[in-house]
Amino acid sequence: MLERLYLFLDQLGQIGILTRDFFRYLFRRPFEARALIEQLDNVGYRSLNVVNLTAIFSGMVLALQMGQFLEQFGAKIYVSRIMGLSLLREMGPVLAALMIAARVGAGFSAELGTMKVTEQIDAIRALGSSPIKKLVVPRVLATIIMMPILAAVADAIGLVGGWVISITQLGVSGDYFYKSLVQHVALGDFTSGLGKSIFFGYLIGIIACFKGLNASGGADGVGRATTSAVVAASISVLISDFFLTKFFLAI
Amino acid sequence: MEHDNNHRPHSFISLRGIEKSFAGKPVLRGIDLEVMEGETMVVLGGSGEGKSVLLRHINGLERPDAGEVYADGKRLNGLSEDELFPIRRDIAMVFQLGALFDSLTVFGNLSYPIREHGERDETRIRNRVRAVLEMVELKEEVAQQFPSELSGGMQKRVALARALALEPKAVLYDEPTTGLDPLVTHKINLLIRNLQTRLGFTSVVVTHDLKSAFVVGDRFALLDHGRIRFSGTAEEVRSTKDELMREFIEAAL
Repeated sequence: MLERLYLFLDQLGQIGILTRDFFRYLFRRPFEARALIEQLDNVGYRSLNVVNLTAIFSGMVLALQMGQFLEQFGAKIYVSRIMGLSLLREMGPVLAALMIAARVGAGFSAELGTMKVTEQIDAIRALGSSPIKKLVVPRVLATIIMMPILAAVADAIGLVGGWVISITQLGVSGDYFYKSLVQHVALGDFTSGLGKSIFFGYLIGIIACFKGLNASGGADGVGRATTSAVVAASISVLISDFFLTKFFLAI
Repeated sequence: MEHDNNHRPHSFISLRGIEKSFAGKPVLRGIDLEVMEGETMVVLGGSGEGKSVLLRHINGLERPDAGEVYADGKRLNGLSEDELFPIRRDIAMVFQLGALFDSLTVFGNLSYPIREHGERDETRIRNRVRAVLEMVELKEEVAQQFPSELSGGMQKRVALARALALEPKAVLYDEPTTGLDPLVTHKINLLIRNLQTRLGFTSVVVTHDLKSAFVVGDRFALLDHGRIRFSGTAEEVRSTKDELMREFIEAAL
């Protein structure tokens, strides 16, 4: 038990060191512009499908459940207010982050893990450059930049899903849905979600890179690194969400 | 090796009392090793004896728990990755399975170290790539292929070429013939030997293959339980009374 706690704290410390190195190499020239653009495409554009699908179905199911619940009190017309708050503040950013933790987190850790066990990471060092600068900086930076954008997309698509269900299933007019939404949902609801997304992006990127860079022992080791990267990134998103929400509610 | 009289051969790489353990398990327990300038030192030893770990200390990929590492007159202990940059330019490494970047073509792999060390002129980069491909007896067309499209022997040659790209003063080889058939092994060994005599760089080769060792090496050291148990020339190896060294020879021949 004590040993596991020690191991956990040790990993936490190492992630802290990796974070420090990330910032140290972030502004060092030459910038790896091409690698960054590649990763922005990989993390952002190529994640759109999975984020859109997740968001539209979550939005639709949220509207269905809320509609049925609110109907008991004759309060069906509040559906867009509740949807707006829950989607923008929580579900959009968190669901998008979980999907990115799975898709991108697995990709990063498998790629870097394979490079680690085939000594390509050591080769980068031996050839006179830094794996942090070459691999970690473009990946973590790309998740930090793309996560809030993807969260915003998830917000929008989720609301569209809710809007469609409100019209077709709940009999709330589209016009009213929209009006009530803009009236009761503040800009702060939207930006607090995006603010959290930046942290989610950092967590996913740094954890996945860390797990990949520390893989050992062949295909088996890469598999273990990938699994633990996805698990650790997802859990970190959910736990940090609680504390970030506490923080954003306080200000 | 020839040296003029007032210029005594001096040690290019020097390991003094190197100790290293991983997760509490000691791997190296006090390694002392001198490698003279221009010679090829072969470190022999069974699998899992820490030969690679020893090698990785020489260009700072590993840091010793105790002891001192000197290379090219510089003390490596305590140097940061940035401070190791010029040392790694002079001391290249050939990795066990090549460690070629599989996302880059052969050209990408060979130009990588050249670009990393500040060369921006595309013509000069192309010329250098062509030159190192020729050194390892590969055709120019290979440059456009990806490492996965090459045979094991050709991958080894590319790995060798990448190590030579910056005209190093020393090359470290980690099991350069692992996974190759006997014929290709022999060819690679001859290539390594030829390059060394032609270019005159210092080499440290780590291997468990005694046959290869005799082709490429000038001096030999036997690693056993984290210490150098025996070291000497080919003659001294053949005539040794050291039991483990004898066993090693008998097993190989």
